Amino acid sequence: MCYFVSWCLCGEGKKCIMALLEVKKMSHEFGGLRAVNSYNLEIEAGQIRGLIGPNGAGKTTIFNLITGIYKPTEGDIILDGKEITGLQPHKIAAFGIGRTFQNLQLWRHMTVVEHVKLARYSRISYGLIGAFFGTPKRQKQEAEIEEMAHNLLKMIGIDHLSDQVVTNLPYGDQRRVEMARALSMEPKILLLDEPTAGMNPEELIQMMEIIRRIHKELGMAIFLIEHRLKVVMDLCHMIQTLNFGHVIAEGTPEEIQNNPKVIDAYLGRESVV
Amino acid sequence: MLKRRIGDLFIRVPLLGWLIGILIAVTLEHLLGDLLVDVLGLSKIPVLFGFVIMLKKPLLMPGVILYVLLIYIIPISVVARLSAWPANRLAARLLDFPIWFSVVIHLGLFYAALHMWSGISAYRVLTLKLTLIAIMVTLSLNVVNGYMGEFSCSHPGFMALGAYAASVVTVVLFVNDRLFGPALLAPAFGPFIFPVALITGGMVAALGALAIAIPSFRTRGDYLAIVSLAFMFIIKSMIENLEVVGGPRGLSSQPDYASLPIVFLWTIACIWMTNNFVQSILGKALNAVRDDEMAANAMTVNTRRTKIVAFLFAAFWAGVAGGLFAHVIRYVNPATFGLQKLAEVLAMVYFGGLNSVYGSIVGAVSLSLLGEALRPLEIFKWIIIPLLLIIVMIYRPTGLVAFKELNVRNLVKPKQ
Ligand SMILES: Nc1ncnc2c1ncn2[C@@H]1O[C@H](COP(=O)(O)OP(=O)(O)OP(=O)(O)O)[C@@H](O)[C@H]1O
Ligand SMILES: [Mg+2]
Repeated sequence: MCYFVSWCLCGEGKKCIMALLEVKKMSHEFGGLRAVNSYNLEIEAGQIRGLIGPNGAGKTTIFNLITGIYKPTEGDIILDGKEITGLQPHKIAAFGIGRTFQNLQLWRHMTVVEHVKLARYSRISYGLIGAFFGTPKRQKQEAEIEEMAHNLLKMIGIDHLSDQVVTNLPYGDQRRVEMARALSMEPKILLLDEPTAGMNPEELIQMMEIIRRIHKELGMAIFLIEHRLKVVMDLCHMIQTLNFGHVIAEGTPEEIQNNPKVIDAYLGRESVV
Repeated sequence: MLKRRIGDLFIRVPLLGWLIGILIAVTLEHLLGDLLVDVLGLSKIPVLFGFVIMLKKPLLMPGVILYVLLIYIIPISVVARLSAWPANRLAARLLDFPIWFSVVIHLGLFYAALHMWSGISAYRVLTLKLTLIAIMVTLSLNVVNGYMGEFSCSHPGFMALGAYAASVVTVVLFVNDRLFGPALLAPAFGPFIFPVALITGGMVAALGALAIAIPSFRTRGDYLAIVSLAFMFIIKSMIENLEVVGGPRGLSSQPDYASLPIVFLWTIACIWMTNNFVQSILGKALNAVRDDEMAANAMTVNTRRTKIVAFLFAAFWAGVAGGLFAHVIRYVNPATFGLQKLAEVLAMVYFGGLNSVYGSIVGAVSLSLLGEALRPLEIFKWIIIPLLLIIVMIYRPTGLVAFKELNVRNLVKPKQ
């Protein structure tokens, strides 16, 4: 019954929320290094959640664990009520987790629009027969995907670049292509790994605007790693702070800003941007 | 400057115009070739645009050049230029029908020209068939090495599997053979069963490709190259030790089913299907696996399926090409499918251009013809061709026409 109401009663009579993405006691070791330690997370539909922490804290590793690139040593990951721990990455992606990468990972010989079209891979139903023989079904499906891709590129503001090979684009535009590609999958939740890294102030403002628009127009849940505190403080409803694989604080932007542990681990050493 | 001027002169000539020009040139050769040869003091019609004669008897060079000018270059350019206007009108009219109609007309004209050209000598027919087969092999290898960016060395192995499997089918069914006994079917069925034999060859090759596709899930780059190289040697020595198919002596007496039109049709089928595949979203997944496999996975691309499909598809066409090859030469032995073959195919792929259907056609045609044309130089041939390859690799590391899509509609449209 709980599926129909977002607020309901859990087992022990406490009030709780059906989380969209739930991570329970997830840990991961690289050799002897425990990069992530008993990590917990609950993100509800439509929420923007931030993850901050110093370099090497384990933030990207958490993304890689959730998206199935690494298999967690322990713990469970549940998306929309479905256990996805240990599935192949492309299956997890198709279940509704889209992501961008910290160091741009675009396909360097492909054009912008091809990136957006390829992210529809899991929804293609024309099969190999269609691919080999160019059946009418394929023509129709690819025409639909083409149209959808251009609409998405318009929304992100790079439709005029659609036939450019991505390596010819400036850095900020490449970040937008990553964003458009992830959105093209129509994920339930979007993981953004430092979406503003390396951007100049103008590009930064545009990117924040895009994130806000995605959230408002598509109502998508967003999980965001950021180094620039201003960005997280401005965008996120809830923030987690990670240090050496442990969550040392969790709360609203104000709570985080005033948390002595956070100041000690993070703000104390880096200037607030 | 001069190049620009000449370019401007022909910029409005559509493909149809060129085909008409070529058709007229080869008709001229048929009608006047022998006469012109006498006038110019040549001994016979130069088979490959005079390269062979020029290298053998340099004194005949002026005559040969004149022949090529009078028979090919002048008629083709004049007819193409003069027919540009009607040809454009016609090309535009053809596009009122579904696109395949125009394509069939173009291919028909092209085939007619090839047929006439090769009608001059059996040597031309053989060279042409082998060139067409080289296109199939090159293109199919490009799917794996170019489009998917693996370095696979197993293609001669796939060709061998296809060649032997197809040969066994036709020889068992249609030939009274020392190894396989009397023919099982009436020879009249032969040409109809031949496609089945080729497809069987392709399927057997594809089955063999699983041995490379599955390791490719975990290994990439150098390691996969070595696995695939080992595969090629295993296939070769397996056949050498298989006495049922003749062992190292090879298998002969394949029936004469691989006529020029048959080879041409299979080549077109291969180009058409490959081009369809690599332009589909499922085909673009190969590029994504090449450029960034992790990102491909994260964007829902099933990379394992993609790799299996690419390897099996490539092997299938290599197998079909192998089957055709066996029926063109009408003899196969395991030694054919060794390192030399591998070097040849790899050279065609990388010379012509990675990730490009045009590139594979250019690579296969130019190196096949060059190999034949430079034959009189004997050992120097093996210095000139590699040298050429090195120069191309330095100035164009991905090959002559790399990363260019073959857009059929653009190709056949009028140029006005
Ligand atoms: N594939 C790997 N093998 C071994 N160790 C790794 C691997 N990936 C990450 N690590 C280690 O795990 C720790 C966490 O790395 P991670 O990339 O998650 O940090 P991060 O919080 O994203 O840092 P940054 O802010 O620099 O991006 C680091 O000490 C890193 O060296
Ligand atoms: Mg990181």
